[in-house]
Amino acid sequence: MSTFVIEQTLNGLQLGLMLFLLAAGLTLVFGIMDLINLAHGSLYMLGGFLTVVFMKLTGNFALALPLGIIGTGIIGALLEMSLLRRLYGRSHLSQVLATFGLILVSNDVIRFFFGPSAVMLEMPAALSQPLTLANGFSYSSYRLVVIAAGIITAILLSLLINRTRFGMWIRAGASDRETAQAMGVNIKLVFTLVFALGAMLCALAGGLLGPLFSVQMGMGESIIILAFVVVVIGGMGSIKGAFLGAIAIGFLDTFGRSVLPSVMRTHFPSLSADTMAPAIAAMLTYALMIAVLIWRPQGLFKTA
Amino acid sequence: MMQTSESLSDKAPSAAPKTPEFRATGLLTGAQWTAALIAIAAAILFPVAATALDQSFYIGFATRIMIYVIVVSSLNLLVGYAGLVSFGHAAYFGVGAYAVGAATLLGGDVLPKWVASAWVAWPFAMLVGAVLAAAVGALALRTRQVYFIMITLAFSQMVYYLFIGMKSFGSDNGMSLASRSGFGLGLDLANDTTFYYVVFALTAITMFLLTLVVRSRFGVVMRGISENESRMAAIGIPVYRYKLVCFIIAGAFAGLAGALLANQNAYVSPRVLDWTQSGILLMMLIVGGVGYRCGGIYGAVLLLVLEEVISSHTEYWQFFVGLGLISVVLLGNNGIASLIEKFTALFSRKKAGAAEDR
Repeated sequence: MSTFVIEQTLNGLQLGLMLFLLAAGLTLVFGIMDLINLAHGSLYMLGGFLTVVFMKLTGNFALALPLGIIGTGIIGALLEMSLLRRLYGRSHLSQVLATFGLILVSNDVIRFFFGPSAVMLEMPAALSQPLTLANGFSYSSYRLVVIAAGIITAILLSLLINRTRFGMWIRAGASDRETAQAMGVNIKLVFTLVFALGAMLCALAGGLLGPLFSVQMGMGESIIILAFVVVVIGGMGSIKGAFLGAIAIGFLDTFGRSVLPSVMRTHFPSLSADTMAPAIAAMLTYALMIAVLIWRPQGLFKTA
Repeated sequence: MMQTSESLSDKAPSAAPKTPEFRATGLLTGAQWTAALIAIAAAILFPVAATALDQSFYIGFATRIMIYVIVVSSLNLLVGYAGLVSFGHAAYFGVGAYAVGAATLLGGDVLPKWVASAWVAWPFAMLVGAVLAAAVGALALRTRQVYFIMITLAFSQMVYYLFIGMKSFGSDNGMSLASRSGFGLGLDLANDTTFYYVVFALTAITMFLLTLVVRSRFGVVMRGISENESRMAAIGIPVYRYKLVCFIIAGAFAGLAGALLANQNAYVSPRVLDWTQSGILLMMLIVGGVGYRCGGIYGAVLLLVLEEVISSHTEYWQFFVGLGLISVVLLGNNGIASLIEKFTALFSRKKAGAAEDR
């Protein structure tokens, strides 16, 4: 039982950290630019595919992943300068629709180059063997690396935002855009950089998860809504909230999926636990989001 | 918190018709009657022409368009007239489809056979859509702006996962219907042409009823709420209740469209509940014209025809539709309906000018 708990805790942590990478960019873009970007999931997909491309070119995952991240960051910046910039200050309906259009376009672009079927990213050979952590308990070493990468990124991001000049601009832009601009912050540049940063975080998640799940057209659509759940629960615009919200959703989803079926089998034998339990776990996350929106629309973890 | 309702379009906050509708005494103006009658005549003759030209495939296609006209028009009531940007309209559409699926599955098996007939199953689908809308609306309408968009999305995701989890409804494989609903009156809905005419009649009735709603005192109040909610509340309008009723009406008609869709395909899939479906419905509406009476018609017709035409040339039709959607938003116009309005205004001004010259 205890190994089960440890394993599920690690799984939940891994899902939560990856959700954080997606939600961080989403919440910054929403908090600072007041933009609902549905196409954020497309950047996640793009990161996965660019990593696949660079993997084919270099044959080295440790090289392909950073290249994929940089490539996605550049494309993200170009996207912001060409299209998304024009959506700032527009109605939320316009933003939802334009970024929805962007999803349609990017899905077909990916399909044009890679085809509709899933592409598998190969796991680095050094990490393909499970690691024995304690006697009788072993865990995928690749997943441990994913967890470590997620934690390191979260720390670096918090240092970037709280300790650097660029972070100061971001915080200034988030709390009062006009004043920041009046004080000489080049807000246009900050917006582009923030967007590129969000894109790079997406690509990190897409590349890291590539060997675990497949890289596939439309892979962003299901996860982006979960990232929105995280952003809402944590409070729109709050990085700290996104982190705590992501970890909470990661655990809720993982434990819901792993614990609910056995609970349901003992208490409701007539229901088909195998299909209903994961659905209930998913519904719980959305129920949490609805509760937050009604009773605490500023988010659970946002104090301001 | 200030009770500002979000404007629908950026350039013109009051995109909802500010035109002769308030002045006109009849339901439609003379020119609108002519246009409506031509459209109705064309729709009635369409299956005859399609059969004569040996293109009966297009009868089913036209039926699908009309089903989308109903659901997009019901969304128009919310977004266009009440100013409520619902990003979960697929939920009501989908539960309507599943309601018919359930009635077909259980009718004649656990329940009496008449449960599966159109006269019971379709109103039941409307009821399910309305009840779901009442439940969602009761909570969602306490929030506004981006929170409203997010909460309607969250509710539709819950419904999506509910049906994914229901094994008796086929989980993520969906459920096939043994047959279309029975209709009686000597009409066999299994015949595509018969089904076309039934759907056409329901579409016409829906458009008529929605027009009545929009033009009633209720509709005028709704538009007032979307323009300035706090002012309407100040003059004693129970804003929340009005919005909720509007939500329920939209949910009921979306449920009807879902019931027809289930019949059209003889198949219900959880994919109709996917959030991207809600996006597609909103897309049809904005391309057609938010807040214009015929916005739902133009949007559904144009996008489905475009899909058909482009996908016969290339499989990458979504690319072009996506680009089109982005440019419609960036250009900031109000969809086809506004273009048509501008065009007819130009035309009638010329006529008026000519009259003055005389």
